[in-house]
Amino acid sequence: MTDGTYGVKDLYVTFGRNRALEDVTLAIPARQITAVVGGDGAGKSTLMRTLAGRYAPSAGLVAAPDARRIGYQSAASGSWADLTVGENVAFVGASYGLSGERLARRAEELLGRAGLGDVRDRLAGDLSGGMRAKLGFCLAMLHEPDLLILDEPTTGVDPVSRVEVWRLISEAAADGASVVLATTYMDEAERAASLLVLENGRTLLSGSPEDVVASLPGAIVETTAARRPEFSWRRGSAHREWWPAGAPEGEATIRPDLEDVVIVASLRELQTHRGVR
Amino acid sequence: MILKEFRELRRDRRTMGMLIALPILLLVVFGYAANFTVDTIETAALGPQADQVAAQAPTLFDVTEVDVDGDRDTAETMLRDNVVDVAIVTGEQPPLALVDGSALFTAQTAVSVLNRLGDQVQVQVLFNPMLETSWVMVPAIIGLILAFIGTVVTSIGLVKERQSGTLEQLAVMPIKPSAIILGKIAPYFLLASIDMILVTVLGMLLFDVPFNGNPIAFGAGAALFLFVVLGLGVFISTISKTTGQAIQTALFFMLPQILLSGMIFPLEAMPWGVRWISYLLPLTYFTMISQGVMLRGATIESLWPAFLVLAVMAVAVFSGAVLRFRRDLAPSRRRHRASPSRGRAGSGEAS
Repeated sequence: MTDGTYGVKDLYVTFGRNRALEDVTLAIPARQITAVVGGDGAGKSTLMRTLAGRYAPSAGLVAAPDARRIGYQSAASGSWADLTVGENVAFVGASYGLSGERLARRAEELLGRAGLGDVRDRLAGDLSGGMRAKLGFCLAMLHEPDLLILDEPTTGVDPVSRVEVWRLISEAAADGASVVLATTYMDEAERAASLLVLENGRTLLSGSPEDVVASLPGAIVETTAARRPEFSWRRGSAHREWWPAGAPEGEATIRPDLEDVVIVASLRELQTHRGVR
Repeated sequence: MILKEFRELRRDRRTMGMLIALPILLLVVFGYAANFTVDTIETAALGPQADQVAAQAPTLFDVTEVDVDGDRDTAETMLRDNVVDVAIVTGEQPPLALVDGSALFTAQTAVSVLNRLGDQVQVQVLFNPMLETSWVMVPAIIGLILAFIGTVVTSIGLVKERQSGTLEQLAVMPIKPSAIILGKIAPYFLLASIDMILVTVLGMLLFDVPFNGNPIAFGAGAALFLFVVLGLGVFISTISKTTGQAIQTALFFMLPQILLSGMIFPLEAMPWGVRWISYLLPLTYFTMISQGVMLRGATIESLWPAFLVLAVMAVAVFSGAVLRFRRDLAPSRRRHRASPSRGRAGSGEAS
């Protein structure tokens, strides 16, 4: 990790006998959005929390700034439901040493950008899911952190609010922050500069979305009935199949997207464990 | 549906515990402890005929102190210091029986038996002359309110923070764990203190309950007790994931205190098989202090055993619970220190 790049290297995190992360390496450069993708229990939140200093690494290296320079939004909204929007901002601001004119200016700028300027007196618990997600983001960004860690900031948020949250995240990266976010949405991961796909605490894929998609060996074909059940999956009304040595003769291949590539990698991992090739 | 309910119940250990432990507790309490009849009254015989009184006193009166040089002042001091519940002062005819009215049921029994002796003894009730139930209940209820705020309300407040995910948010913010714990507990300490003053003043105004002792002694006892119950609240929050679980667990701590602390049923009337539980409960000792200070004007010196037990409980329960809570807040800081630079290296196992 050099030149303002944060991240983890050869990271292991264990809880008792349970290994939550195993040999994970991730670089989080400044001015970029880095996505950590995976299903439930993949280790995304553990990685986010380890970066935030909540968990200690069992082995490996974590490169992160001091707690004062980290912004963290937990998978729960990250705001206090029984406080108003303004009170949430005041509390978090004070915790990071912001006060007076500086806090007021920063709050106005952030809440204005997030469209929360008119609901300062509303309880956070009374906000819609999208508004709470944006408030959580504003609180994490309030002190202009060097490293912004967002744990599934758009999960459960409606599509319109997701677009707004992503606009805020992009602006944060453009302003110079190193942004890392965990997500289960592939369309979000495709928007990141680089990504890490986790499964069962291990790295499944990593790199830029384009490199990850290009790294897929073999070909994918679309069929109406699955012939290779262990490497078939449903996309919409059709089946897709992965053929490692190329498509069967005469069959047209389709151009895979990130979701296809992640599914193939995941199926390969599963079959490797089962001894199928 | 029935099978599903049983399966869920089997895995909900707290509810199962409540289903099994609560009936047993209620059976034991109401079977053994729910007894207002006092069989033995600790008594002192004082003055020139103290030996004769000790020999001739009805069997109910267990004469544990005999002092032929003692007088009324000695008797009052013994009652104030809770050495005995009845003191019979001889030297004049008829002898004077002084009864401690702050031990309500004991006093009622003693007065009833002594009155049957007619002119042979003159009876005077001290500290609660009209044997008012409210005078005895108000000091105990102050303790109950402190226990409720400290145990139930505090645990709910802490669990709510954990349940909503904001405790995790606090844990990664640049706030020291000790500051987080202090910030979470101090408001409850303050609110409980305000409630205590309010209830004490209201009790005095509405029920004419006297405050004969030193408010500082009362405050010191309340502060120690508050640390114990706040510690219990913090501890409950560390073993509960939801507010429902916290309330359920807090009930386990509250019910025995209400039933066995001597607040409702006199400790003297409980068999030792149950009474020992009372001596494990903090409310028992706070009730001793609050009734002693408010009604009898007892001093810290005379109440030192109750103060000592509460102090030991406060240190053990509060510090144990806070350490447990702190461990939840800062698991990484427990085992690894972040280096002053930006790197954090791991070499052991996280937990």
